[in-house]
Amino acid sequence: MHEHEHHHEQGSELSETQLRVRALETILTEKGYVDPAALDRIVEAYETRIGPHIGARVVAKAWSDAGFKRGLLVDAAKAIAAAGLVKRVGEHLIAVENTERTHNMVVCTLCSCYPWDVLGLPPTWYKSAPYRSRAVIDPRGVLADFGVTLPKDTEIRVWDSTAETRFIVIPMRPAGTEGWSEEKLATLVTRDCMVGTGLPKPAAKVQP
Amino acid sequence: MNGVHDMGGMHGFGPVKPEKNEPPFHSKWEGRCLALNRAMSFAKVWNIDQSRAAIENLPPHLYLEMSYYQRWALRLQNLLVEYGLVVSDEI
Repeated sequence: MHEHEHHHEQGSELSETQLRVRALETILTEKGYVDPAALDRIVEAYETRIGPHIGARVVAKAWSDAGFKRGLLVDAAKAIAAAGLVKRVGEHLIAVENTERTHNMVVCTLCSCYPWDVLGLPPTWYKSAPYRSRAVIDPRGVLADFGVTLPKDTEIRVWDSTAETRFIVIPMRPAGTEGWSEEKLATLVTRDCMVGTGLPKPAAKVQP
Repeated sequence: MNGVHDMGGMHGFGPVKPEKNEPPFHSKWEGRCLALNRAMSFAKVWNIDQSRAAIENLPPHLYLEMSYYQRWALRLQNLLVEYGLVVSDEI
């Protein structure tokens, strides 16, 4: 690593990492530890199959099915697997429910632990120093960075994830969605509202 | 370990800057880097705690300067050498 280059040559810094990754793939393939085709499948899974649309279905089901929601709040991984929404949730997953009085927000101050199985890969901001440092001391300030303002008397609870325990926020069901199907409800559920840095889209934003 | 990774409550990192419609990977090498790390975690030579420690043990100035997947690439290289799967000359 050439420390003196860091600040003025971002391009060469990136190519250094590109070369490192290429070298690692070559040597691990030669030694038989990895198979490039298997790596393709891992990349493809995170690009196409594993993402926040899974969590959106979980939230929509929780909004529609009181029994499912009860189970979800007791043991989220079990409830999600039982409903067939994900084959298997790898880590202990806790669902935290927003109410009129309490808003939940999720962070991983120590690294970037995130419920990959239901939300996919964490966005860059979730892994960034500004979010990790400030979510726990200034959650309202962080929400303002996302353009979200909550009523003054809403309590904000910030959950710090670990390697073993991940969280998903169950936001409040938007008004005016009575009688909506789970599929339609899911279109209101954004990634950010399941991390607690956003709110679901209002019903008016969706075409009937 | 009380290192630079323990960021909760630190001041001075500035505002959070969300990116609209962020793709899963910003370039191809990031996807390869993630896949290599995942594939090697399935090999169970090291566990998740050892792999986290390998990130936390990076020199603090590198930890702060590197992007997420840059840290992952260096972490994987360090683990491979540490666990004797690769000798550093080979990389």
